[in-house]
Amino acid sequence: MQELMKKRAIELLADGTCDRVLGWEKGDFAYDQTPALFHTAEELRASFVYNGFSAANLSKYLVKECRAGGKIAVFLKPCDTYSFNQLLAEHRIKREMIYVIGVACDGKADVEKLKDAGIDGITDIREEGECYVVSTIYGDKTVKKAEALAERCLNCKSRKHMAYDELIGESGEVVPNSGRFDMVEQLEAMTPDERYEFWRGELSRCIRCNACRNVCPACTCEQCIFDNPKSGVAQKAAVNSFEENMFHIIRAFHVAGRCTDCGECSRVCPEHIPLHLLNRKFIKDVNSFYGEYQAGEDPAARPPLGRYEKNDIEPGEAGGNRA
Amino acid sequence: MNNETLIPYVGIVTEITQQTPDVKTFRVEAPGGGKLFEHKPGQCAMLSVPGISEAMISITSSPTNTEYMEFSVKKCGCLTEWLHAMEVGQMITVRGPYGRNFPVYDELLGKDLLFVAGGIGLAPLRSVINYVRDNRDKFGTVDIVYGSRSKDDLVYYKEIVEEWCTTEGFNVHLTIDNPQEGWDGHVGFVPNFVKELNPDLKKTVLMCGPPIMIKFTLAGLMDLGFQKEQVYTTMELRMKCGIGKCGRCNIGNKYVCKDGPVFRFDELDELPNEY
Amino acid sequence: MKRLSFARLNEFFAAIAASNALYLPVDNSKGKAEYKKWQEGTEMSRQLNTLRSAKDFFFPQTENLMEFKMDGKSVEVIDTRREAEDFVIFGVRACDAASFKILDSVYLVDPVDSYYKTRREHGVVVTLACARPAETCFCKVFGIDAADPAGDVTAWETDEGLMLRANTEKGEKLLSLTAALLEEGDERAVEAAQEKTREIIEKLPLSSLSTEGLGAGKTAELFDRPEWKALSEACLGCGTCTFVCPTCQCYDVRDFDTGNGIKRFRCWDSCMYSDFTLMAHGNSRNSQVERFRQRFMHKLVYYPDRSGGTFGCVGCGRCLSRCPISMNIVKVMKTLGGKNK
Repeated sequence: MQELMKKRAIELLADGTCDRVLGWEKGDFAYDQTPALFHTAEELRASFVYNGFSAANLSKYLVKECRAGGKIAVFLKPCDTYSFNQLLAEHRIKREMIYVIGVACDGKADVEKLKDAGIDGITDIREEGECYVVSTIYGDKTVKKAEALAERCLNCKSRKHMAYDELIGESGEVVPNSGRFDMVEQLEAMTPDERYEFWRGELSRCIRCNACRNVCPACTCEQCIFDNPKSGVAQKAAVNSFEENMFHIIRAFHVAGRCTDCGECSRVCPEHIPLHLLNRKFIKDVNSFYGEYQAGEDPAARPPLGRYEKNDIEPGEAGGNRA
Repeated sequence: MNNETLIPYVGIVTEITQQTPDVKTFRVEAPGGGKLFEHKPGQCAMLSVPGISEAMISITSSPTNTEYMEFSVKKCGCLTEWLHAMEVGQMITVRGPYGRNFPVYDELLGKDLLFVAGGIGLAPLRSVINYVRDNRDKFGTVDIVYGSRSKDDLVYYKEIVEEWCTTEGFNVHLTIDNPQEGWDGHVGFVPNFVKELNPDLKKTVLMCGPPIMIKFTLAGLMDLGFQKEQVYTTMELRMKCGIGKCGRCNIGNKYVCKDGPVFRFDELDELPNEY
Repeated sequence: MKRLSFARLNEFFAAIAASNALYLPVDNSKGKAEYKKWQEGTEMSRQLNTLRSAKDFFFPQTENLMEFKMDGKSVEVIDTRREAEDFVIFGVRACDAASFKILDSVYLVDPVDSYYKTRREHGVVVTLACARPAETCFCKVFGIDAADPAGDVTAWETDEGLMLRANTEKGEKLLSLTAALLEEGDERAVEAAQEKTREIIEKLPLSSLSTEGLGAGKTAELFDRPEWKALSEACLGCGTCTFVCPTCQCYDVRDFDTGNGIKRFRCWDSCMYSDFTLMAHGNSRNSQVERFRQRFMHKLVYYPDRSGGTFGCVGCGRCLSRCPISMNIVKVMKTLGGKNK
């Protein structure tokens, strides 16, 4: 797969389809890949990588890159194409400046799972069939890929690319009943006090690094209200637990109906706060109030929170159970 | 508990002078009268209105003034807007003095001085100019080249005309950007004016103003044959602590709040171009 | 050298906690270690290191500096400083212990930061030598020995139990609180443990990282290097690296209206943030490449310039595992340094 992608990228640079390629660059230990622009065949040959650890969703970089002049090619996994479409729908990216290569994905690994399983001193990771062979300074360890899958991939909503100019590998199907709302349902079943305790436990670890916001393809405001000193709410640290909660809740509100559930927020959180659950709660509610809707599926679709219809649900009805 | 420089003094604003449409000078005294602390020419203080913010402002009064300190502030942000709206009798907080002063106690002694300022850039130099006036025997001649957009934008106009122009050994050269009714003085930008004046190469230059003025004036001075070792300026960057700890006002390995704000241009040459 | 049988570890903690607040790494609900206050039943984490660094004890993420009472035109400053309570941090690794020296060199120089100083004076640091450093560790590069950490007391987990050595007066005093539980220990057990650790360190992929071409006096060579652009290209401009870093010490000062007066607090700040250097009339570091460069120049050049050559990084590796895009100081050093290709 990686070799096919590399070969194709080199061709696209050579035939002038694009003047740079956005992909993943290999790091020091196989799992620490960095999104990078490749301008030449040499750069691609030297450090382009695509494997089970190429997790970053590259679509948000296109907001800046599609305005940097010259056409850019980008590799997008199925779930990344939802973000891509959503950015198109919001006129944040210029389609004509971007050449999308959809790439197949059978789920990305979360290296924390390997480390939590006691694997340390990692120097390299190879894929062998259904397994990862992890080289460590203490010898090789073999782990089933399925055991290292990231949460968002365990609950993958779709293996189908929503947008592409060409495909490498096969595009799969939307996964019905992906199980991604299971945890939301568990939270809904809790008493308000239990739920509050759950979220306090999670959000109290927040260090306000803003990684979740900055990585989020739905957060593309020129200036975030939390960075605007004139907004009165701009803070670099939560003054109290109220603010600690509100930062994430406000953010979830702001991306409601626009969040494609790409899961980057939870992937990058250094404190492992399951931020995606806030977004999934909104997605689930939007589905139940306005009918099934998946942000990023169709860039032409009118978003449920962006249109008004006479038979829309009334706030009183939408309140839900407040046991 | 040890002294803590982050904890400020309270000062009372005892006089407010409208200098130009967007510059006011605030006289600040201790609640019991007198100055809050002593300072050296070119040093700064952190001024704050609690609940708004705190900012580094140069102390524009001379240390020879024993009764009060003065700060000239241009209205351009949250804090300065608040300061401009306040009335006499308002308390604000002040802490300092911070930073390196102009070397009036050593290197500048006996020298002929050329002050070059643009707009509000005269504020930090005024402290030096009045110090030199009050210690006339310790310094040589004084030339002051000062320009602004218009006559109405010249700060300390009354003081310049009534006091500086009448001081022996002082030569004041004013300029404004465009011709204006009621102005029969020089018209043109500061850098060109400095070149036209063709100052003696013995002079030591103290300069402050907008970055573009500094850039072109410095180039002009170099053309005339001045050395960077003869030219001082004072810098401004975002500051929070004023004591070289909060980490934001650095240019390379120097903190403007602590190692500056006064720099000689040969010193700035060694720093990366990031200001 | 003192020896404590592992079976009596709990008694040891209890003896310390009787007269000090005792903090030690504990696994949280995600299985990550964070410092928690010890109480009966608290179990120490087996993780190599805490997710956040130990700097939080001396330089917390937020802290109140003072309060103001505002009444009409009058302003009253209220000094809300209190002496810190005595506390003990157990299980600090060599990297974090070395970071305290770096923080000291900023906060304890004139004018001394009294908030930091009082906590430093009241805190006792018990370090724990690393038994199994990770691939992300590179403290050795900066002359730090994970097998022999600094601190008021140094502890080693050995085959014969927990070995303890007091390094300072504070450390002696702490061990005297637990004297009844301690026996004389054999240096050789420590040496054996150290040897094992050092063998692992030699095998770590980053142990051979070079600092050549970096350090004091290198501003002119490094500042305008074209590689900064590619290095910073994917940077999200978040504060993760800064906030998990044990040596990042920049702060912001902010006011908060409590409705009952004004609280002035400080909080961690990051040079990666777009408003770090923002002024009313402009910004001296407008682009992410400039902000990114600042962070690494500070650690690799500016701080060494100001500290007689000591680097502003201790090689703890937290930024390596936490950066959302896996860009980090090691990659910067490899790209810009002389001998790392």
